[in-house]
Amino acid sequence: MGNDDKPERKVYLDNMATTPVLPEVQEAMLPYFRQVYGNPQSIHSWGDEAREAIDKAREQVAALIGGDAEEVVFTSSGTEANNLAIKGLAQGQMTKGKHVIISAIEHFSVLHAARTLEKAGFEVTEVPVDKYGIVDPDEVAGSIKKETVLVSVMHANGEVGTIEPIADIAKKVKEAGVLFHTDAVASSGSIPVDVNKLGVDALSLAGNEFYGPKGSGALWVRKRVRLIPLMDGGVQEGGRRPGTENVPAIVGMGKAAELAIKDMAERSQRLSKLRDKLIRGLPAAVEHVLVTGHPTARLPQHASFCIEFIEGEGMLLWLDREGIAVSSGSACTSKALKASHVLIAMGLPHEIAQGSLLFGLGIDHTETDVDYVLDKLPPIISRLRQMSPLYAKYMKEKR
Amino acid sequence: MPAYSDKVMDHFMNPRNVGEIKDADGVGEVGNPVCGDMMTFYITVKDNRLDDVKFQTFGCGAAVAVSSITSEMAKGKTLEEAVKITPALVAKELEGLPKNKYHCSNLGAQALQEAIRDYAKKKGIKIEGLKEKGGEDEEGEECEAC
Repeated sequence: MGNDDKPERKVYLDNMATTPVLPEVQEAMLPYFRQVYGNPQSIHSWGDEAREAIDKAREQVAALIGGDAEEVVFTSSGTEANNLAIKGLAQGQMTKGKHVIISAIEHFSVLHAARTLEKAGFEVTEVPVDKYGIVDPDEVAGSIKKETVLVSVMHANGEVGTIEPIADIAKKVKEAGVLFHTDAVASSGSIPVDVNKLGVDALSLAGNEFYGPKGSGALWVRKRVRLIPLMDGGVQEGGRRPGTENVPAIVGMGKAAELAIKDMAERSQRLSKLRDKLIRGLPAAVEHVLVTGHPTARLPQHASFCIEFIEGEGMLLWLDREGIAVSSGSACTSKALKASHVLIAMGLPHEIAQGSLLFGLGIDHTETDVDYVLDKLPPIISRLRQMSPLYAKYMKEKR
Repeated sequence: MPAYSDKVMDHFMNPRNVGEIKDADGVGEVGNPVCGDMMTFYITVKDNRLDDVKFQTFGCGAAVAVSSITSEMAKGKTLEEAVKITPALVAKELEGLPKNKYHCSNLGAQALQEAIRDYAKKKGIKIEGLKEKGGEDEEGEECEAC
């Protein structure tokens, strides 16, 4: 450690931030840059070919989430899909009322979209979570009032990996006659997602979370649900998302969806074994390491921790030197210099939230990669603890 | 990764003067966990000079590097010279800091000042250039998160 030599291995464990594009996905996309470059809305064979390609992708993405192809609206990202859902659904219902419910651990694209609605005169209720990050369906039901027009709770949280009881929440929300959206960006392609089994009215997903390209996302919206577009323009995506379609990205997302359906069971089984090895291995190797998120209801590729007495960025810098890429929810690693709202909502004190580390395993990873992390991380932790005033204080009190 | 200079990375990876001085003449503690950075500076004083300076830091790469370079800059200086170490000088010595990490340089200079203030209080002496109360620095740059 500490020299400028090349790392022994390169292990990209930041797959919750984004995944690489699979070779088959890239292959599928390539013809749509230079050979099939027509505008899908054009009335000629160039346009026909492009339109057929996005129609096929629409079928593939719909199959991944159990919806109808015509209910899929392609967007530029998960963020855009969430914005479209929160703003578009709420505004579509605003003659009925102006109250929206979200959970306290939503992604910023839901949280901040809700804040924008607040500025436009909506009332927003944030329902809390328990220490595992689980939303209580009764808490959601109890927050519904006459003016409530939309509830949005994420399917799985990207920071702590917790999977929410969406079917239970949706059932209660639907009983009250209110629209329900779920942000399934972190879960789609990794675990089974079925819009009918979940009982939702709208669901967001992003291609780059399951080995598709960046710049690809989709919002599935149940038929006959009113949605106000974010932008004004032409008739693309049924007028719900105008703008010339990003054909290569849409094709890539479709292909990635097809592969995710085919390989999901195998990927999930393999990755959850590696995840469990990491979740067991790190607290066994180092004292004062907390596993964040739910112990069992969690994404198969997701392991997250808080390392007590130290701060995340220092670990990230050292890990990068060792060829290991991970994320943290510490204040220092965020541009806004605020600790993760997710960890704080789960009741973790700030000094512990600052030591957060999150691992997103990838489909190519092996036991050797996890062993490498379990070998390299403990000395980094102890090195940073040696200079921590919090650790010194703890050791003194212990004595 | 933040765009850290080579010097910041060097001081982060190989911090100078880490540790605690058991019978320190002065101790200064700044920062809080909400902000994400906490620093404790320990000093010993001999013939009006900083004989030894050590620190403990909880925080990001910049916070560690700031602590390290501040300790180096302070060591051997007279008390009057040491209180003139400003956040701007610390940042300059590190060959710059990313904009959102400037508050770390404030903390380094503040922690040193606090340690010197602690010493002055214990000894009942006045040190030229030492401000009455800590907290603000000359540039008035506050930690946004605090």
